[in-house]
Amino acid sequence: MNPTPFDIFVLPFTVGMSLLFAYLILKYASWIWYFDRDDKLKILRGLFSLKSLKAAKEIFLESLIHRKMFLVNKRLGYMHMSLAFGWFLLIVIGAVEGHTYMGGAAPFYFPIFFVYFVPDDESFFFARGFVQLMDAALLLVLSGVVVAIVKRFYKRIVGMKSTTQLRLRDKMVLYSLWLIFPLRLLAESATCGLHGSGGFLTYPVGQLMAATLPLKAMEYPLWWVYSIDLCLFFIGLPFSRYMHIPTEMVLIFFRNWGIRLKPDNPILEEVMVLSCPRCGVCIDRCQLNTAVGNHDTQAVYFLQRIRNSEEHSAQAKNCLMCGRCESVCPVGIDLNAIRLRHRQNFTPETFVPQYNNAEARKVDVVFFTGCMGHLVPKTKDAMVKILNASGDNYWFMDADGGVCCGRPMKLAGQTAAAEKLMAKNRQSIIDSGARTLVTSCPICYKVFREDYNLDIEILHHTEYIKRLIDSGKIKVGKLNTAVAYHDPCELGRGAGIYAEPRAVLDAVATLTPVPDECKNSLCCGGSLANLTLPSADKMRIAQQTMTSLTTNHPDVVATACPLCKKTLNRTQMAPVADVAELVAEAMKE
Amino acid sequence: MWGFKIAKSQSINYDRNDKEIMRTVLDNEPSLRVCMACGGCTSTCSAGNLLPTFNIRRLNTLLQRGEYTQLRNELNNCMLCGKCTLVCPRGVNIRNIVLNTREALMKYESDTI
Ligand code: SF4
Ligand code: SF4
Ligand code: SF4
Ligand code: SF4
Ligand code: SF4
Repeated sequence: MNPTPFDIFVLPFTVGMSLLFAYLILKYASWIWYFDRDDKLKILRGLFSLKSLKAAKEIFLESLIHRKMFLVNKRLGYMHMSLAFGWFLLIVIGAVEGHTYMGGAAPFYFPIFFVYFVPDDESFFFARGFVQLMDAALLLVLSGVVVAIVKRFYKRIVGMKSTTQLRLRDKMVLYSLWLIFPLRLLAESATCGLHGSGGFLTYPVGQLMAATLPLKAMEYPLWWVYSIDLCLFFIGLPFSRYMHIPTEMVLIFFRNWGIRLKPDNPILEEVMVLSCPRCGVCIDRCQLNTAVGNHDTQAVYFLQRIRNSEEHSAQAKNCLMCGRCESVCPVGIDLNAIRLRHRQNFTPETFVPQYNNAEARKVDVVFFTGCMGHLVPKTKDAMVKILNASGDNYWFMDADGGVCCGRPMKLAGQTAAAEKLMAKNRQSIIDSGARTLVTSCPICYKVFREDYNLDIEILHHTEYIKRLIDSGKIKVGKLNTAVAYHDPCELGRGAGIYAEPRAVLDAVATLTPVPDECKNSLCCGGSLANLTLPSADKMRIAQQTMTSLTTNHPDVVATACPLCKKTLNRTQMAPVADVAELVAEAMKE
Repeated sequence: MWGFKIAKSQSINYDRNDKEIMRTVLDNEPSLRVCMACGGCTSTCSAGNLLPTFNIRRLNTLLQRGEYTQLRNELNNCMLCGKCTLVCPRGVNIRNIVLNTREALMKYESDTI
């Protein structure tokens, strides 16, 4: 057992670390305190269950290894991994080393300053091994720091077109973080240089320093500077974007315990907002950036404004909710739901719909085309043809127009008004006694599935048509047409329907590949979720999307949404048709 | 005596109108300025289809005249479905105008009460 080593320079680190811990404990406690009863129960039940183990595994993969970020961008992934995982290794190996030396009784600052206190004692268990491992971990972190510094000044090195802009406070914390590891290298090397010790990194650097610098005078101040820098970083952390480190882990636990974002509970949103490391992955995904040149509304900037309590109502409205950013966000933040929460709900009390749907007919299948469906009569006619051929007993609920599904109202933030519209349609559908609801509009489809609480089957028309073809209820031939399929955001990323439209198209035409498909598909720009985008900008987005869709020169661009069809058609860049139209054309009488 | 009388003036004195709401709405959604009153929006309107008395094209007129009571009653029928915006040949974002007008009316009423 060795005597407990101490030097006054450990104080800045110790104070900074203690303040940070105290702050975090209070913060975590306040989050849990403000959760509602239901969520608290979930935490209680989840705490000692397998869910916590799953969360721990996820933290390892995402917060340390940054697996998802690797999938999106390898160099950016390496940068985050080397910093996080390297630092983690330094802490863990350092702690094991320190406790081995002290026989398990090391004070918590001891591993951090181990080299100073134990410069050349290699008599304890695995001493040489620890030295080399610690050098390896330090090298890993330093490589990440180099990439990070280069990225700040030359962002393309990590394969990004845009990186995030920082505020002064963030910059100070950022610089203190950058300095931690070079300072650690210098301080450790100085001590090693004086004692002729060190690993594969600290030994040569130490020798070089000993040969060129007055090491004796430098060693002690270097340890002081290292300790002060750590203190600055820890104290600045809660007020900077690095708060994401301790927050993201908590978010992963909350999520695994089953806590979800609720419209009326702001706590989880706060946790999500703080979890964003501003990696910037969302910026290049956003077509409002790449096609329109907006550098203000992307998820990272929107969250930053919420976090800093800056005005953000314009940003809340200017978003297509296409989900392109959400689908790659490595932290898995519910970006669309947060955006929607910030659309003001000012539904007037007086909003009472004065209209009604046509009287319900008793049937097996209800067909709902939606408001937009009436703007694309060819799709509507094709669906009528298919429904007639199916032999199903159906009712075209809004053949002569009807009440809107309510999703556009909901997307505008007017939840109470949307409820009133939904109630009308819900009643009509229930009155029909149908077991199946078919809609040709993905916007309607999503709201029927998520908000209507109908206990009947809800199908998008592509799912329904696939079923008719599979069961032989309709017979189709193959058209001599090459089609490129455009995934509507609401149907693809929004509802996870990718396979059915492709299977149907495969049966009636020749499907050609598109550069941005499925999860990566582009938005047509017409999204009803964007409340303010001028029509010229919508056109820019539609053109960008059509350029991608026509890469392999298809005869027709096919889609499965009336709004996409209408929006893409305006570009006049290629013929656009709904999947249903092609099926109707390929049908054998 | 001859069955003639002096008719009451039918002219509207625009100077006496409260243009505050119109100004707010135009600031937020300037595209309304290019409306040419073609009526495309009204003929496609989902709500107007079910309720023939609802005429969204009139929105602009009512807004300019400052006839807020009628404006509010009219706007209460809109479902924000966005069809009108999609068909407008001038690219007027009518849906956003409805939203902004509703919001401005709410504010205006709570201010004047
Ligand atoms: S929102 Fe997600 S993708 Fe965007 S910066 Fe934050 S973590 Fe990265
Ligand atoms: S949802 Fe789409 S439009 Fe909105 S910020 Fe994300 S990528 Fe951009
Ligand atoms: S989604 Fe559509 S367009 Fe489609 S009905 Fe509902 S609102 Fe109207
Ligand atoms: S369709 Fe457009 S231009 Fe025509 S009346 Fe309506 S808003 Fe005005
Ligand atoms: S958004 Fe309102 S005004 Fe426009 S078509 Fe729909 S119901 Fe009519």
